[in-house]
Amino acid sequence: MSGQAAAPVVAKEAAPVSEPRPGRRIRLLNSAVPARRVWVLRALSVLGPLAAWWALSASGLVNPTFLPSPAAVWAAGTDMAASGTLWTDLTASLGRIGLGFVLAVLISVPLGFTMGALPWAQALLEPVIGLLRYLPASAFIPLLIIWLGIGEASKVALLVLGVVFFNTLMTADVVRQVPRRLLEVSATLGAGRLRVASRVVFPYALPGMIDAMRVNAAAAWNFVVVAELIAATSGLGYRITRAQRFLQTDRIFAILVVIGLIGLTIDVTLRLLRTRVGRWTA
Amino acid sequence: MTLRLDGVSKEFAPGTPVLADLDLTIAPGEFVCVVGASGSGKSTLLSLVAGLTPPTTGRVLLDGEEVTGPGPERGLVFQTPSLYPWRSVARNVAFGLESLGVPRARREERVGRLLEEVGLASLAAALPGRLSGGQQQRVAIARALACSPRVLLLDEPFGALDVQTKEDMQLLIRQVWQDVATTVIMVTHDVEEAIFLGQRVLVLSCDPGRIARDLVVGLPRARSLEDKRSTEFLALRAEVEDLVRAEHRAHQARV
Repeated sequence: MSGQAAAPVVAKEAAPVSEPRPGRRIRLLNSAVPARRVWVLRALSVLGPLAAWWALSASGLVNPTFLPSPAAVWAAGTDMAASGTLWTDLTASLGRIGLGFVLAVLISVPLGFTMGALPWAQALLEPVIGLLRYLPASAFIPLLIIWLGIGEASKVALLVLGVVFFNTLMTADVVRQVPRRLLEVSATLGAGRLRVASRVVFPYALPGMIDAMRVNAAAAWNFVVVAELIAATSGLGYRITRAQRFLQTDRIFAILVVIGLIGLTIDVTLRLLRTRVGRWTA
Repeated sequence: MTLRLDGVSKEFAPGTPVLADLDLTIAPGEFVCVVGASGSGKSTLLSLVAGLTPPTTGRVLLDGEEVTGPGPERGLVFQTPSLYPWRSVARNVAFGLESLGVPRARREERVGRLLEEVGLASLAAALPGRLSGGQQQRVAIARALACSPRVLLLDEPFGALDVQTKEDMQLLIRQVWQDVATTVIMVTHDVEEAIFLGQRVLVLSCDPGRIARDLVVGLPRARSLEDKRSTEFLALRAEVEDLVRAEHRAHQARV
């Protein structure tokens, strides 16, 4: 107490320069931003690049064959939608990601769960999966075409190959993070290993597993388009290569926008699911 | 139930025992507090009784039967509540009963009574994340009691609580002990708490942990917070604190 009272006197006499100015405020690095400003920034994030694109194409500095105007891209998009090709391509691509991603999840979640829960499974599987993960899935395209032909199977296989290893390791990581204390307490409450796995580990890890799926769904969507770019007779990727042949950059742009919007939809859907399932983590 | 430790020792690394040559008998319905400097293996002792880790030598016996793994007849409460964060308070308490296959109606009735006992009936539907530290610990105690354990093991259960909450919890656990008539073994670093709650206080020595002193607390069975200021209480407290301090100093001198 007495030290506090004496402090200003000492500071004044000894070191007036180093005394902090009373009006100076120190702000936290991650201090909160008002909600309205957040929405302004979000709008800016989308509208800014759009405006830049519009300004650049309107200035006439760039040949419209290389950079079509937003209006031309919109026209190309509605044109494709009206002729119906957009819908057949869209359903073809969505069918592939739907099948491939579900397969990848069905393989990787049980595998990752086992690895995370059982140390021996971890020791058995982690080295090989850790290695396979570093082989680029796209490099398997020629092999997949030789093995499976240019039909649906090779495209779905590419998607599975590109997603399954990452999702397995990420699932295993999430499962390993279940607190040891929680497992011990469950055992003292009479729960056997299977019960602990299904009633404790699974619900605890579920939000994290959905997070992993969300990250890997983006990769899956990329792989669908890559597969279609190389060998396909339908799909959004195929439509891009067609448009390239005829130098229809407006169509390429329109398809890229569609791909982006679908990706966003997948992301938002999984994010909503995550929020719903993981209400307790808030 | 009688709990017996028969020549129990525990080494996590070969050659450095955490606990050595423990011989101990705890009678049915006793409230035993275990104190000791950090590094005396207090928590390891509870893990052994809980069956979460096997002894290196010796045996832990419950009514003559050797403990080989965790089980619902030995309930456990940790310092951090370790609740199931996605389950409501009521469903946390119900977890053990579900494991034991108790039918729903009887489960709900028992959970309701336990929440009444720990004073949380109004929060039955809340998620643990909404509760204070003391409330969470009440849920953990109710959850452990749900399986009607013959021994209740408490590992520094009030160590993370503020002083007032801690006193509330001390009174609660005394009440619970008298109501359900189970054996309680409680590890704590708080000597005052140990004497206030225990009928018996075990002081552990360090390197390796052994029973340095086995004290009977000669205070009346019915105790109130005022008893913490009685001369008897204070004398006993000073005696135990001196013992723990001496062990702590000796431990510091060795490392």
